[in-house]
Amino acid sequence: MVVESLSRIQFASVAIFHFLFVPLTLGLSTLVAIMETMYARTGDETYLKMTRYWSRLFLVNFAVGVVTGLTLEFQFGMNWAEYSKFVGDIFGAPLAIEATVAFFLESTFIGVWMFSWKRVSRGAHAAIMWLVAFASTLSALWILLANGWMQKPRGYVISGGRAQLSDFGALIWNPYAWIKFFHVIMAAWTLAAFFVMGISAIHMLRGRNSEMVRKSFRLAAPFGLIAAVLIIVAGDLSGVQVAKFQPTKLAAMEAQWKTQSNVPFYLMALPDVRAGRNSIEALPIPGLLSFLAYHDSTATIKGLDDFPATERPPVLVTFIAFRAMVALGFLFALCALLSVIFAWTKTLETKRWFLWVMAVALVLPYLASELGWILAEIGRQPWIVYGLLKTADAYSRSITPGDVLGSLIAFLVIYGTLAAVDAFLLTRYARKVE
Amino acid sequence: MALQVLWFVLWGVLWAVYFMLDGFDFGTGMLRNFLASDETEKQVALATIGPVWNGNEVWLITAGGATFAAFPLTYASLFSFLYLPMLLILFSLILRGVSVEFRGKIDTPRWRAAWDWVLAVTSFTAPLVLGLGFGNIFKGLPIAQDGYRGSFGMLFNPYGLLTAVLFIVLFLQHGAVWLALKSGGGMSERSSRLAGRLWYLVLLVAVAFLVLTGFSTKLYDNFFSHPGWLLVPVLAVAALLLVKILHARARMLGAFFSSCALIVLVVATGLVGLFPNLIPSSLDPAASLTIFNSSSGPYTLRLMSIVAAIFVPIVIVYQVLVYRFFREKTTPDSLADHSGGY
Repeated sequence: MVVESLSRIQFASVAIFHFLFVPLTLGLSTLVAIMETMYARTGDETYLKMTRYWSRLFLVNFAVGVVTGLTLEFQFGMNWAEYSKFVGDIFGAPLAIEATVAFFLESTFIGVWMFSWKRVSRGAHAAIMWLVAFASTLSALWILLANGWMQKPRGYVISGGRAQLSDFGALIWNPYAWIKFFHVIMAAWTLAAFFVMGISAIHMLRGRNSEMVRKSFRLAAPFGLIAAVLIIVAGDLSGVQVAKFQPTKLAAMEAQWKTQSNVPFYLMALPDVRAGRNSIEALPIPGLLSFLAYHDSTATIKGLDDFPATERPPVLVTFIAFRAMVALGFLFALCALLSVIFAWTKTLETKRWFLWVMAVALVLPYLASELGWILAEIGRQPWIVYGLLKTADAYSRSITPGDVLGSLIAFLVIYGTLAAVDAFLLTRYARKVE
Repeated sequence: MALQVLWFVLWGVLWAVYFMLDGFDFGTGMLRNFLASDETEKQVALATIGPVWNGNEVWLITAGGATFAAFPLTYASLFSFLYLPMLLILFSLILRGVSVEFRGKIDTPRWRAAWDWVLAVTSFTAPLVLGLGFGNIFKGLPIAQDGYRGSFGMLFNPYGLLTAVLFIVLFLQHGAVWLALKSGGGMSERSSRLAGRLWYLVLLVAVAFLVLTGFSTKLYDNFFSHPGWLLVPVLAVAALLLVKILHARARMLGAFFSSCALIVLVVATGLVGLFPNLIPSSLDPAASLTIFNSSSGPYTLRLMSIVAAIFVPIVIVYQVLVYRFFREKTTPDSLADHSGGY
């Protein structure tokens, strides 16, 4: 019991920490590849300055992303041995494929990129960054296929108390996983765009309006807008998947207690978990919740009351994570739209209030990404594999509470230090603008 | 050949290649502070592994992933039984990785010196704990039918410690030969001299290891029943001799390849002795985790065999090409061609 709780806290900590770095790697590799391609094609030195400047930040971030990913590869065996025994046949496959097919490519060629500025042509150097961006995206796909299976298991048989793979096609064509992949990649692009725009905005606020800064903002704005709009599409599709396959998660994230048809969406709501109802419900939009879940405003949604208490996820966290993520998602689309308009009409630098907004907005996609994972993983509880294996049955039997407490504290200390050093370096390098 | 046997071979290849490649990263990391006479040499030494260390480390991640996919019961048991050692390996590798990338990011002597020490210490602790782990696996872990009976402290037995020392001296020699090959000037000469001296230490530890293996483990049983496999340790000895011969003739590339072969053959010797066990039990042979009782189903093994057959050769091809691309000596000039600077 203690081992389980501590292991959950530890997994949440190391996964949340790892995911502070992953989306920027995914998004900024693509943006840097675009910048360098522009340089290769036009020979415009500003694009070279952009490539150099943003890739310095990219590399600091990349290093921490890589080393913290190492932990996750081994966490399942260390703390979740019963889970690993149960699903290894299936879950291990996409993890091993990720390493072989994607991570090797990414790690090998980032090294080449770092050390070959003068050794290969401009075009080839840009192509190497595209390879890194492609490989990290492919890496995300395989990880999400693994996670997608935990959310919506398919293509398996249970034999000898273990899940065994029976249909690889079902594993890789899991719609839940592909929609999540689309969602994660668009979130990563949004995050990277806001990172570039946010830092550029800070430079502009401080009067460092170089051509490099302006062009960076102008390049990131449409990239961010496309991604932010597509997130809303991806979010909608994800909602439909959750409704179809994870009714308990849906009920918890919407704080829907009673089974109802034609369910409204309350713009303001707050669940009271102890009373098993919502203490606040105001500003209803008729039929919207049914529509969001099933694309049919009269559809029936199963309420939490219809599930035994032992099969419900923590309602409050799931609900808040979902609401906050969605609100932020719409905010990103709005900010990105204004960014495009202001940047392209060349009125951006006169609108100091908006530069302030974008400077602050820098951190929000990080928050939204983590909330998304909190929703996905806590909303799946009490299951570790939805409908098949409970988290309470998944932890390692051979480790003691002392082991996990010690490792948790050590992770917090080491990761905390890394976070501080990383933030220090990023700030320092972000200031060095040419 | 049974799929499990094929996967045992592939599992061994992943570990062997990992030690062969990250081995010289560890060696370089341990020796750098002591061999470099000035800041430029320190940067050059780091830049010899700069483009490749990250790709080298992925062999470990792949070994972990392959264990999960092909032998899930071993994956689950190994890392939960050896929880604290695994934790130490992770922390070492995490800090090793960031020390390589962070040390040049701020241009003050104190900052660089701090990360230099982090690199040196973690390049020592990672192979130390890996060696300790493998030594204890060779020896057998106290697994009973109803669970694990071991503790962290009992890993520090003479055989486990000797295996750790073996790993460290092998990687020290490997790193010294690598630095002799890849760096230039005084650094290269000092590395070469050190490699020559380290060879005797490797010989001494290797002999002690071979003797103690006879007393502490059952690894030799397979060699007695199938003497043909003795070729593997014989080739290991040959590789060790070749390191000395080629080094003495200043054929550094040849000496480096011999050192690579030596590491691969030492791992292979251990794994031939281990077969078909993955983690033998020191308490009850029936509780041992073998390639047969801990493997995935035939469907997953077939699938993963196809994936490995296609992609592992591709990885090897492009990694070889990358090593060829960076085959020249790392010079102070080539430091300028680097994005971040060391």
